[in-house]
Amino acid sequence: MLKIKSLRARVEDKQILKGLNLEVGAGEVHAIMGPNGSGKSTLASILAGREDFEVESGEVTYNGEDLLEMSPEDRARKGVFLAFQYPVEIPGVSNANFLKTAINEIRKARGESALDSKEFLQLMKEKMKLVEMDKTMTQRSVNEGFSGGEKKRNEVFQMAMLEPSLAIMDETDSGLDIDALRIVANGVNALRNENRSFVVITHYQRLLDYIVPDYVHVLYDGKIVKSGKKELAFELEQKGYDWIKEEISAVKA
Amino acid sequence: MSEDQKILEDISRSEYKWGFVSAIESETAPKGLNEDIVRFISMKKNEPEWLLEWRLRSFRHWLTMKEPKWPNVQYPEINFQDIIYYSAPKKKPELSSLDELDPEIKATFDKLGISLEEQKRLAGVAVDAVIDSVSVKTTFRESLAELGIIFCSFSEAVQEHPELVKEYLGSVVPHTDNFYAALNSAVFSDGSFCYIPKGVRCPMELSTYFRINSAGTGQFERTLIIADEGSYVSYLEGCTAPMRDENQLHAAVVEIFAHKDSQVKYSTVQNWYPGNKEGKGGVYNFVTKRGICSGRNSKISWTQVETGSAITWKYPSVILKGDNSIGEFYSVAVTNNFQQADTGTKMIHLGKNTRSTIISKGISGGQSQNSYRGLVRISKKADHARNFSQCDSLLLGDRCGAHTFPYLEVHNKNAMVEHEATTSKVGEDQIFYCNQRGISTEDAVGLIVNGYCKEVFNQLPMEFAVEAQKLLAISLEGSVG
Repeated sequence: MLKIKSLRARVEDKQILKGLNLEVGAGEVHAIMGPNGSGKSTLASILAGREDFEVESGEVTYNGEDLLEMSPEDRARKGVFLAFQYPVEIPGVSNANFLKTAINEIRKARGESALDSKEFLQLMKEKMKLVEMDKTMTQRSVNEGFSGGEKKRNEVFQMAMLEPSLAIMDETDSGLDIDALRIVANGVNALRNENRSFVVITHYQRLLDYIVPDYVHVLYDGKIVKSGKKELAFELEQKGYDWIKEEISAVKA
Repeated sequence: MSEDQKILEDISRSEYKWGFVSAIESETAPKGLNEDIVRFISMKKNEPEWLLEWRLRSFRHWLTMKEPKWPNVQYPEINFQDIIYYSAPKKKPELSSLDELDPEIKATFDKLGISLEEQKRLAGVAVDAVIDSVSVKTTFRESLAELGIIFCSFSEAVQEHPELVKEYLGSVVPHTDNFYAALNSAVFSDGSFCYIPKGVRCPMELSTYFRINSAGTGQFERTLIIADEGSYVSYLEGCTAPMRDENQLHAAVVEIFAHKDSQVKYSTVQNWYPGNKEGKGGVYNFVTKRGICSGRNSKISWTQVETGSAITWKYPSVILKGDNSIGEFYSVAVTNNFQQADTGTKMIHLGKNTRSTIISKGISGGQSQNSYRGLVRISKKADHARNFSQCDSLLLGDRCGAHTFPYLEVHNKNAMVEHEATTSKVGEDQIFYCNQRGISTEDAVGLIVNGYCKEVFNQLPMEFAVEAQKLLAISLEGSVG
């Protein structure tokens, strides 16, 4: 459903992605690991359509359509969801109001009728359980005054509400304590199904103990340099990224 | 230009929605201003001698005054001799029911979406509608009269309750107060009058709708609200005008007199024509609004949502004379394209334990300029006075300006005065976050700005708040970039 071919991208003068290839099938969970500065978050931003990045060459198709041609909101309406590494605050706009606007925009784009208040509240109640969310959180302003853990939980809650077909999680585990990590991971696992794919970007193997991936890729210097099954994550955890770096320099030499 | 900005510029094609002209026959005075015009207006209104004298005193004083130049706004010199000072719909209505209303006027209201019929049946809002200068119809008069509430046009009040008008007219805004107040005192042609007797809680929102219709006409209405001891009233004011290439002058005066233990809540949604996208035309809104908390424990609260006018110059103020009295000012001022706003409030603390709150939200887009100007004065005798002011400015894009001119004059040591101010930009991060959830940039800006104004909107009566939100969304179209 997602195909990335020889993607090259830069931000200002800095080359960040240098010919990245990746294929994600329906219902698969792919973990992308890699050291700082390897291009992980850039990849997430480009898939979501952030403007700061310039795609120089390569292509990205999503269900056969050119993803790069679409506006960020069209991507979202077609089922692409990004769980942000740093979710922004929107003062004065309640979580509930924000999500209702979002859901109804997405439904409109799909030719579905808008949810009325009753249906919406029902849906919210159901999904809140997934991430053990407090009722008061839906009435608070979007992410305003939320702790790091609450923000991440809110991202997963939004994901549950919007039911995407491709979810990209950008370091959702960063800054979480072990309990919060468990809650977030349980939420994600509950959302896994044969039609929904995940790209899970993370630094640490820790998250993958909870969200067990089908495939693991190592992103280094703007390219996927190694791919494998979930065991690759364990190997990385034991040997560190230096092992990969050495392998690569050996090949180059 | 970024993609977001392009989208916003594209959708900014939508025009001022209230810009129709009603083909109502009107009776107008010749252009220009002199004592004869003042006499003409007074005669047309069949006014008593004392009122004519008051007008003439105002006019003579006005001649000695200079147009104020201190506001942070720029406009070409106004030729006061090129304005029509009196224009009244010709068929002067003497109606017993709404059905007899001039069909053109009725159609005007229907276009405005304030069908009087509808309001009469559903909303329970008493409406006094002022087109150009003359009050057209006051609804609900009888049911209010049963409670002793007087709600009528200013002209009627002059005829039927001259003692009240004489006692209170100019008691809060003297005819010498400022250039535009003096002008208004000389030539005002109508407006609304409201008196709430002792101990009465007005059971419905009282509402006035102002509209400038005729070309080249100035609108100078005058509103006088008197809340007697222990009474309560919530008053709404709405304004629109047709689109015209020339600028129109609106110089109104609102006076509120609050006696002991009374409360007045005054809400405005101002949507005068702001001019086109190049800054041509639009209303000059130079308005003096002031209330006095005369008695102990009285309270006056101003809430305003200002989205229209080419130029706004307006400082709804409260004189806190009675001990323990409370003054509040909640404001959202939106400027877009080439609009200019210089607005704020004055809180004058005279009594002991007086308290005031100022919440001002300025939003500027396009190439507009938006200034907050406020004065908090704590006099020597105002022991334990308190003020809290919060002035926030939000910038949409990088060609607009936000300015804050807060003046604090504290002459009493045990006063507590707090001032907070912030300036922020609608963040691209915020917009992108909304986009990523399927919300278009246009809707995202509306959502973010509405959130930003929430504290003020919460002060508005429900129906008004909904209207204000919609208005805000329309006003913001094309604001970024």
